[in-house]
Amino acid sequence: MTTPASVRVLEMQMLLLKRIWKTNLTLSFLQPLLFFLGMGLGVGSLVDDRASSSEALGDISYATFLGPGLLATTAMLTAAGESLWPVLGGFKWDGSYEAMAATRLTAPQVVRGQFLWLAVRMGIAVGGVAVVLAVHPDTRSWGILPAVPAALLCGLVFTAWITAWAASREYDTSFSNVQRLVITPLFLFGGAFYPVDSLPDALRPVAWVTPLWHGVELCRGFVLHTLGMTEALGHVAVLAIWLIPGWIVCDRLFAKRLYR
Amino acid sequence: MTVNEQPAIRAKSLTKKFGDFEAVRGIDVEVRPGESFGFLGPNGAGKSSTMRMIAGVSPVTSGTLEIFGLNPATHGSEIRNRLGVVPQADNLDGELTLLDNLIVYGRYFDIPRAECVARAKELLDFVQLSERSSGRVESLSGGMKRRLTIARGLMNRPEMFLLDEPTTGLDPQARHILWDRLYRLKQQGVTLVLTTHYMDEAEQLCDRLVVMDAGRIVAEGSPRELITRYSTREVLELRFGAGSNAEHEGRLLGVGDRLEVLADRVLVYADDGESALHEVHTRGLQPESSLVRRSSLEDVFLRLTGRSLEE
Repeated sequence: MTTPASVRVLEMQMLLLKRIWKTNLTLSFLQPLLFFLGMGLGVGSLVDDRASSSEALGDISYATFLGPGLLATTAMLTAAGESLWPVLGGFKWDGSYEAMAATRLTAPQVVRGQFLWLAVRMGIAVGGVAVVLAVHPDTRSWGILPAVPAALLCGLVFTAWITAWAASREYDTSFSNVQRLVITPLFLFGGAFYPVDSLPDALRPVAWVTPLWHGVELCRGFVLHTLGMTEALGHVAVLAIWLIPGWIVCDRLFAKRLYR
Repeated sequence: MTVNEQPAIRAKSLTKKFGDFEAVRGIDVEVRPGESFGFLGPNGAGKSSTMRMIAGVSPVTSGTLEIFGLNPATHGSEIRNRLGVVPQADNLDGELTLLDNLIVYGRYFDIPRAECVARAKELLDFVQLSERSSGRVESLSGGMKRRLTIARGLMNRPEMFLLDEPTTGLDPQARHILWDRLYRLKQQGVTLVLTTHYMDEAEQLCDRLVVMDAGRIVAEGSPRELITRYSTREVLELRFGAGSNAEHEGRLLGVGDRLEVLADRVLVYADDGESALHEVHTRGLQPESSLVRRSSLEDVFLRLTGRSLEE
């Protein structure tokens, strides 16, 4: 009869989503579609004509290379958008976390509810990308199915750490810098737009430790069937190693801030 | 009945520090189930810090605190499950409807959805907001929001209801509606604990109260007891005009039991205000205005702390 606490927290967010779902869903489709068309087909028409590109991309079109990675970048961008101001707002401006803290909910349950909400929120956006991939013949693949949860796992890593950052701030002054100095560089250098191997030697290891690269590789590997089991498990393990401490930090920060 | 034999609140030498600042400096409080209990004091007296510890959302710095016989440090969730809370600042969800605000909150307590809907409707009726149940919270007045917060706090049918300055910032009419609702809860046997810096509120709602000042309890008792102990039956208020009240102190000595000279008036504490006024006139003093009234908690507070409650 009882419902998990995180689901009960999610119910509140879903009521709010119900008010804005039309614009939300439209935007979820529109943004990745624009990226896919603009970059995949636009830039792709330049790239695909070059002899060296088939070597670097492995005999696939640029759109095919780019598309699956957008699953992971979309998850990351959604996580960043929904975990900075909304999280600080829950503490400071609308008091929604404070209201939860006064009930039988505990801080870890509030955190779990927040993460579950982000999973739903990212799921909508990533789902939009998945539909675009399924429509395009070169990326249509059963591999999209495991790629979606892989993208969500990658997005949860960002959710955890960005939520932790927001929960530890008194003001939102640093938030646009998080977007500019963390999210945008990762977006550009995380291997979604070109293989990390084309980066200068010194930069490659940086890409390898960032969670986005592992998310992009997982998604691309699943969709294009280029991933071995060991590799896949390796990527998942790295993402888990990023996620778990971030989650623990969130639990602590929420407890400290809500019960002080 | 075993639950009810426990005190609802038992605090011993309770303190709360924020860094170097000691907000609560060792207080002893015991509240019986079904009692209406108040923390009266000015801003910064430590009322809200005490309240947050009782609500199980703020760790105790030292001393002991038991709520329903349970330790909030280890049974916070269990305690909060049996409490209703009305925080000082409204934290309703402005974008949701009134009904949804209550349902969502009820769900935090894992109350089945259908039951939440039934309770929410019943409580909206109780706080006289039924007609607006599908409207959005943003459109409500301050008094209505406070009533909705009260309804929300009752969703889990709490044994004890905590209200932190429930009527601060509300107009007199809104305050009276709210007092009426709280009085009904009290009649239903709900333990009420409230903080206030309004003495009339404390007199209206509290069976017993403590007066807090600078983190300490300076007096405890029923409103009547406190007035009897720290004040006289009546008070004569004399106004001699701006700036000249203090000059008259010397000539008033001996009238009534005690004098209190404030910036705008002189208070003469006497069991019989009218005969004190007669004495003032006999001494040839001509105040611009005079008023005989019953003693209030404001007088108690003035006596105990040397300061007025509402600055």
